[in-house]
Amino acid sequence: MATETTAESASACVGPNGSAIGMPQLCGEWVGNQVFWLILALVAIYFVLDRVALPRIQAILAERQGTITSDLAKAEELKAQAEEAERAYEKALAEARSEAQKIAEETRAEIRQQVQDAQDKADAEIAARTAESEKQIAEIRASALANVETVAKDTAEALVAALGVNADKSALDAAVDKRIEG
Amino acid sequence: MATETQGGDAAHGEGGGLVFHPMDQFIVKPLFGDGGVGLFTVTNATLWMALAVLCVIGLMVLGTSGRGIVPGRVQSVAELAYGFVYKMVEDVSGRDGVKYFPYIMTLFMFIVFANFLGLIPMAFTTTSHFAVTVVLALAVFLFVTILGFVKHGAKFLELFWVASAPLALRPILAIIEVISYFVRPVSHSIRLAGNLMAGHAVIKVFAGFAAIAAVSPISVLAITAMYGLEILVAFIQAYVFTILTCVYLKDALHPHH
Amino acid sequence: MEGDLAHIGAGLAAIGSGAAAIGVGNVAGNYLAGALRNPSAAASQTATLFIGIAFAEALGIFAFLVSLLLMFAV
Repeated sequence: MATETTAESASACVGPNGSAIGMPQLCGEWVGNQVFWLILALVAIYFVLDRVALPRIQAILAERQGTITSDLAKAEELKAQAEEAERAYEKALAEARSEAQKIAEETRAEIRQQVQDAQDKADAEIAARTAESEKQIAEIRASALANVETVAKDTAEALVAALGVNADKSALDAAVDKRIEG
Repeated sequence: MATETQGGDAAHGEGGGLVFHPMDQFIVKPLFGDGGVGLFTVTNATLWMALAVLCVIGLMVLGTSGRGIVPGRVQSVAELAYGFVYKMVEDVSGRDGVKYFPYIMTLFMFIVFANFLGLIPMAFTTTSHFAVTVVLALAVFLFVTILGFVKHGAKFLELFWVASAPLALRPILAIIEVISYFVRPVSHSIRLAGNLMAGHAVIKVFAGFAAIAAVSPISVLAITAMYGLEILVAFIQAYVFTILTCVYLKDALHPHH
Repeated sequence: MEGDLAHIGAGLAAIGSGAAAIGVGNVAGNYLAGALRNPSAAASQTATLFIGIAFAEALGIFAFLVSLLLMFAV
């Protein structure tokens, strides 16, 4: 470093060895240059931002907002559709359930009807048989009664004949009838 | 060169024991040739400002050229920057401040890129020069003052007349308000340049200590820590500059307290 | 050395950096205390926090600047 002391320094603010004299920030001869380039830089940035970058970013953000909004609307619509489908499904399910219940009910009623019919038929048959049996019993009883009458009359005639009385046959029958009925 | 030093190499610096002057990094020098720095000379300041402009274009124009509904990496950053500054303007300055959003965005993008580019080793930090920050702050100050007078005419002066204070106090408060109003561009510019200059100078000071073998590990650690802090400062100072601009803009748009 | 008094002045001016540190700490600490008490309001006040820190820090930067001026410009 010490060997460089011979170097020419072009500025009043820079020492002969390339080191600053005082604060470089306070060096007056550099101010104009910096201000000039700064203003140029600021104007350049301003025009680039104002004309190109900011409108573009604004457009991008607006577009994204629009996309998000429309996507949300679409999602809302899809959700409504899904809800509707679910409602239709629920309805179909309920219908199927009630249908099944109805069929079961019908089947049950039919079976009950069949059972009832069979029972009725059996009842009727039993009743018919009973009536027939009763009729036969009545017939048997009537024939038995008639036999009893004949036997009684015959016995009474024989008795009367044995006693030696010559009784009228019709009178004898009437008397026996009277006794039997009484 | 400084490896054999025991602090006795005062010959290198002008007065201190440092190997190099911590302010050397702020020297403006021509990129081509050894001539003086004229008004239109292409200097290292020009180079780094141009790089900042190119970075802004790269991020905000090339990065968004895809116009993707689903943003890519660079486009996300561009949109983030847009949303960040837009929300700041809207929140602080109000709805009618949104009209001036491109100006504020310009300031923010320039400062944030100049700050971060300045953190590249061997880079020149354009925003560490008062010449630059004073122009930025004066631009804001003049813009806001003229806007206030154009919008509200003489009523803009009500900004200095605190109607809610007791009548006797108002003239005193008015004086204070006027002074604070005119100190605004000063503090606005010195805050930015001062923060950056301070950080970079401190890094250089620690770098100078690194030449002394006994303390060099500590100094390297300190440089690392300072560098991390400077990354934070680079962003926060851009943010603060921008939000103060928004606050001043709000004062111009709504001068009534 | 001719710059001796200036160097002492620079050192004294650097005390201002410490004062600014106290100020920044105050701002951030009070913000944190308030934010913990009412976390829902914390997010809306970050801008105010940064403005407060910037104002406090600016004064420290002024002190640092004075010290730099004494070191390098006087």
